[in-house]
Amino acid sequence: MVTHTQPDGSLKWTRRTTGERMVRWFGWLVGVAVFVYAWNTISQATTWFFVWDAPRIAGDIFGRATPPRWSYIDKLWGPIWDTLNIATLGTIISLFLAVPVAFLAARNTTPSKMFIRPIALLIIVSTRSINSLIWALLLIAIIGPGVFAGIVAIAIRSIGFCAKLLYEAIEEINETQVEAITATGGSRWQVMVYGIVPQILPAFAGIAVFRWDINIRESTVLGLVGAGGIGLQLSASLNVLAWPQVTLILLVILVAVVIGEWVSAKVRGAII
Amino acid sequence: MLKLDKLVKTYNTGDQALKSVELEIPQGQVLALIGPSGAGKSTLIRCINRLVEPTSGKVYLDGIELTTLGSGALRRERRRMGMIFQEYALVERLTVMENVLSGRLGYVGFWRSFLRRFPQSDVDNAYRLLDRVGLVHMADKRADELSGGQRQRVGICRALIQDPALLLVDEPTASLDPKTSRQIMRLIVELCSERGLAAIINIHDVALAKMFVQRIVGLESGAIVFDGVPDDLTPDMLTHIYGEEDWEATIEKVEDEEQEAAQ
Repeated sequence: MVTHTQPDGSLKWTRRTTGERMVRWFGWLVGVAVFVYAWNTISQATTWFFVWDAPRIAGDIFGRATPPRWSYIDKLWGPIWDTLNIATLGTIISLFLAVPVAFLAARNTTPSKMFIRPIALLIIVSTRSINSLIWALLLIAIIGPGVFAGIVAIAIRSIGFCAKLLYEAIEEINETQVEAITATGGSRWQVMVYGIVPQILPAFAGIAVFRWDINIRESTVLGLVGAGGIGLQLSASLNVLAWPQVTLILLVILVAVVIGEWVSAKVRGAII
Repeated sequence: MLKLDKLVKTYNTGDQALKSVELEIPQGQVLALIGPSGAGKSTLIRCINRLVEPTSGKVYLDGIELTTLGSGALRRERRRMGMIFQEYALVERLTVMENVLSGRLGYVGFWRSFLRRFPQSDVDNAYRLLDRVGLVHMADKRADELSGGQRQRVGICRALIQDPALLLVDEPTASLDPKTSRQIMRLIVELCSERGLAAIINIHDVALAKMFVQRIVGLESGAIVFDGVPDDLTPDMLTHIYGEEDWEATIEKVEDEEQEAAQ
């Protein structure tokens, strides 16, 4: 935003100074150069024959995969039920763990900004940064394969996500409502229950169904590593190249995810 | 019954909000605290119930020194000081009844309050107060469904159900229209005289203050520069508190309106 005075006395306004324009032009130049360089590198590392061949192979697989083997559905009811349970129980457990972590992490409710808050933030970052598939691999090694490992993997993975969103909601509350409850002579816990909780309840419910929705999708793949659910059938079918079964499994997952999204959208709509 | 002794508040930023304030309020007196924005009015009343910790000085409520109390004793004394806020400060997502009953939190244990199982006497009292301010039919409405004036009435009920000896009132009318402002001020003053409560009312509307209270204290840059009856608050004095302005015009105008309203 620069205003110049012209020789004839009139004012001329431009968005950027000449220096800023040069910097931006140079930035674009560097960007294009990097893009061209990266394109060349990738190109050299690619076997282009396979890429040109891809449409034919994809068509071939599609041909083998259709129609889906509908009769296989009888074997999928159990696993898809397991998958939904993994997602639901995992979400519930993670919420129980995430609520205290969020209160310890929020600047306005943490007992100690120096010691406890960093620990809470560390829990949030560490649980969030590891994918649930990797948590599942670790947990299968520790507690053995099965649904339980899947539940725990989902629960751990979700703590960070839920706690982070929740502590941001806690930090955004209206402090005068908290002040008002404090002024009545309420104790620390009463202030929390009356002054803070009602303000974050909508956010909490929204986070819970949002995470449940994500967890349905995540739990469908946990079976790939042996942590229960429909992923187990998926990996078995892929291994024996039973493409019509794979198609049916993908359709079942699609339906489950769509239902999950529909429910979470309805619940969030009802709260807000 | 309330005595402030050399009360000082210096914020971490170095701003001296209160400079050795001395003030004494007898039982049942309603006092208006006037002054420009930033004069330290809000800080003053928040230092009394220690929502803001004073830097030095003492606050006596019926002889009990408040500034050195531990958290348990402070909570017991806070029960005796009802507070009313500028933006009402109701918990928006709770019902009117829950908001009123929250005034009893200092008297009720955690689990009873968590489960909303307040003693029947508190509930009866809440209904009586809501009836007194004309909102008993709103008891089960959520606070955010109410208008500004209604919310402030609920705020008043919440303060009164504490059974306080003193009301700390922070700009009760700043978010309200002129008519509602007068109704709210009238209600506060009436309730104080009914119950023999002392009150400190922060207010920047001088005309409104002169209309309703017997004692006015002027605060300017954290120091008391006026303490007297409304009639002593001359234009010269207002200029001293607020700065240069044509005071006669604004004050006369408001009084005219009041007469018109009375006719």
